[in-house]
Amino acid sequence: MNIDVMPRRKRGFEAYLPIEKISRRSVLKTLGIAGGLVLAAPVLSRTAFAAYQTGANEMPHGTVVDPRVFVAIAPDGTVTILAHRAEMGTGVRTSLPMVVAEEMEADWSRVKVQQAHGDERKFGNQDTDGSRSTRHYLMPMRQIGASARAMLEAAAAKKWGVPVDEVKAANHEVLHNASGRRIGFGDLAADAAAQPVPDLKTLKLKDPKTFRYIGKGQISMVDLHDITTGKAQYGIDVRLPGMKYAVIARPPVTGGKLVSFDATAALKISGVEKVLEVQGWPWPSKFQPLGGVAVVARNTGAAIKGRAALKIVWDDGPNGTYESASYRKTLEEAARNPGLVVRNEGDVDTALKSADKVVVGEYYLPHLAHVSMEPPVAVANVKDGKAEVWAPVQSAGGTQEDVAKTLGIALDDVTVNVTLLGGGFGRKSKCDYALEAVLLSKAVGAPVKVQWTREDDVRHDFFHTVSVERIEAGLDKDGKVIAWRHRSAAPSIASTFAPNVMHAAPFELGMGLIDVPFEIANIRCENPAAAAHTRIGWFRSVSNVPRAFAVQSMVGELAHATGRDQKEMLLQLIGSPRHVKLDSVKDAWNYGEPFDSYPIDTGRLRRVVELVAEKGRWGRSVPKGHGLGIAAHRSFVSYVATIVEVSVDDKGKLTVHQVDTAIDCGTYVNPERIQSQMEGCAVMGLSLAKYGEITFKDGRVQQGNFDNFPLIRIDEAPIVTNVYIAPADEDTPPSGVGEPGLPPFAPALINAIFAATGKRIRTLPIGKQLET
Amino acid sequence: MIRLTVNGQEQSWDGDPDLPLLWFLRDEIGLTGTKFGCGEALCGGCTVMVDKDAVRSCITSVNDVAGRQITTIEGLHPTGDHPVQKAWRQLNVPQCGFCQTGQIMQAAALLATNPKPTHDQILEAMAGNICRCGCYQRIANAVQLASTGV
Repeated sequence: MNIDVMPRRKRGFEAYLPIEKISRRSVLKTLGIAGGLVLAAPVLSRTAFAAYQTGANEMPHGTVVDPRVFVAIAPDGTVTILAHRAEMGTGVRTSLPMVVAEEMEADWSRVKVQQAHGDERKFGNQDTDGSRSTRHYLMPMRQIGASARAMLEAAAAKKWGVPVDEVKAANHEVLHNASGRRIGFGDLAADAAAQPVPDLKTLKLKDPKTFRYIGKGQISMVDLHDITTGKAQYGIDVRLPGMKYAVIARPPVTGGKLVSFDATAALKISGVEKVLEVQGWPWPSKFQPLGGVAVVARNTGAAIKGRAALKIVWDDGPNGTYESASYRKTLEEAARNPGLVVRNEGDVDTALKSADKVVVGEYYLPHLAHVSMEPPVAVANVKDGKAEVWAPVQSAGGTQEDVAKTLGIALDDVTVNVTLLGGGFGRKSKCDYALEAVLLSKAVGAPVKVQWTREDDVRHDFFHTVSVERIEAGLDKDGKVIAWRHRSAAPSIASTFAPNVMHAAPFELGMGLIDVPFEIANIRCENPAAAAHTRIGWFRSVSNVPRAFAVQSMVGELAHATGRDQKEMLLQLIGSPRHVKLDSVKDAWNYGEPFDSYPIDTGRLRRVVELVAEKGRWGRSVPKGHGLGIAAHRSFVSYVATIVEVSVDDKGKLTVHQVDTAIDCGTYVNPERIQSQMEGCAVMGLSLAKYGEITFKDGRVQQGNFDNFPLIRIDEAPIVTNVYIAPADEDTPPSGVGEPGLPPFAPALINAIFAATGKRIRTLPIGKQLET
Repeated sequence: MIRLTVNGQEQSWDGDPDLPLLWFLRDEIGLTGTKFGCGEALCGGCTVMVDKDAVRSCITSVNDVAGRQITTIEGLHPTGDHPVQKAWRQLNVPQCGFCQTGQIMQAAALLATNPKPTHDQILEAMAGNICRCGCYQRIANAVQLASTGV
């Protein structure tokens, strides 16, 4: 039984070695491969040669293409491949090592995956967010694997004294067909390491027709067995000798602070050992802790009970008046007036005035909390000026940097061990909980686990923004849309990093506002000012959630206004197959990708609409009380279209009968995990559409747990979600999968509800709106 | 001193008798397969079996289960090959996996009392277990598969 420590993760590459001292020897030693060798191969100084350009090298610390970092071969032939991205359910901890194994002709059953600790200087960027892992790392991982294969082949050729083009690596050994000789990878490792470095420009990648793993979907997640037996190690499962358990009472209002506390009663609770203040930073302060009062105990239950007995006086600060109902009015007022122009083509004002008809849709989407099933949690051991952290973090490298800054110690004195993440959805891109753990460990002089309760998680999240999206569409007398004005008013994520932020950052504008792919002569996008009064953060799909909701709901509204079929209206608005030019947009953001590799391709958007319409039988007859809705959206440089079939009974009970989703994510690695992501997005989309709402009163979050922030359960979930993956050739660069499935779901649902009932929902969540 | 049996082993506790079983299992005896998700019996992540019943260990005190037989995910099957676990792997049910041990314990408890549940009975029995990743379609199918033989 695995009680006290995490031996598997502790053996992570160089987990306990300062990076500068890393040599090939020390890597071997850490891996316990006495006599084995790590392959030597080129270090490409952060620039991978690639058939297509991605934004990978624009990310902090860029890309590292180096088999010496990512691959090791033991004498027994075991191939160990490093996973440097965080696993939170997308399967990336399996799929990227699988790509390496594919190219190097390793037998997957003899591959072990190890999790990298946080160090971007060593591994390249580790921010596992933005649906970036496959699109940034498919090619680098192929190159790493191909380099390893080339060196194994060269070593075998030299050993046998035959030309290298007569030998071929296949399934964990190298073969010489002419003589029938063969030799295993383990026996070649030492000689392979002595081989010259292949030139990546002439490196031969495998012909995709010969892929055994990539694109097949036959390999399960490496953690699958451990997950089903309870052995999988999440952040919450880390246990160290002498470890204390802590929970923290945090200021209930963002920007509030501690005035005084009385710990007398708390200290009488059995198991409570210590109560102390935790340092807080003034808001906004990026991911720094909120501060408060920590209760340290011998187990989590005692800490929670002790916290309940604390008496605390808080100073709420200026956000103590934040109130959701009145803030909605503020946003509505903003959206009804001209705002900062962020895209402008033609003359919208004149076109709207001359329009035969103007259809106006104003949509409201509230704050959301991430509520990953594993609440934030971290273990830290700060000792002798060094810090070691075990935590479920999406940003291992960023966590290392933030811990170093918070403690005022060198980066090399911080080790961040990445566990499995029990869900992430963007919440675990912010490492405040790990920073709390290092502060507390330092203060109590022992390893400390900081556990967030569900209430802590719901009330102190970095919330999905709240927004009013207002679209005015002008139609000429033939029903053609000639004008499109979209105003998006929402507090920006940038407000978490700097004070007085009133407008969206370019990356937020680029998520479904300025990139609207419609062929309309007069388009203007505006971003009215909006102030933040709580911590705003990335939530899966980010601004695409409200923007896709508004744009695709408006498509449904226009279809109704003009008496057209939803899908036909959608295709007409998308218009001809082309690459949308954003010449009028300053700093047009394309998910960090170059437009050359990743244009806004309306042909691909049309194709997913046609694909889902065909496979999902758009237009099929449905029983009375049922309705079909459709929506399509490009996000994270992928294209997704979704059809939802619903029914609403006479009491207003909503049932989702079937979901059909088509995705074009370019060339792809694991279709089985793409399918699971799309299935999950239907459920998450239904959760946010039906129930999702965080409200504030007196600056305080009014929800706390799954009773008042409900999620969809199995008895109301879409039980039939069909997923269609658009075929793509190898020349189509890979694009996002983890997020693009979410944005189109809610508008497809709402369009379906309209088809079933004639009721147009413009405010989320749906709540009781269908009951009246 | 409270005595109880966990996965066939005698355990004892002389601390706060009101300590939730969840934290006794996880923090005091190191059985971390049972997960914390809500603390209010709302999500099912902490589901264990007490004798034959699925129980939320987050609202069950150690005192409540004095003298009882507790089975956690670690004790469900010696090699992890309970039909439910096998079905889960066959259908690649999990995404992040965090809620899955609770789901599996709930499903195992269902099949122990109702070996051939209908689709509606499966949904009803599993409705107390939340999966934020949204694996419900596969959970429903996996329970069905486990009931018909993997």
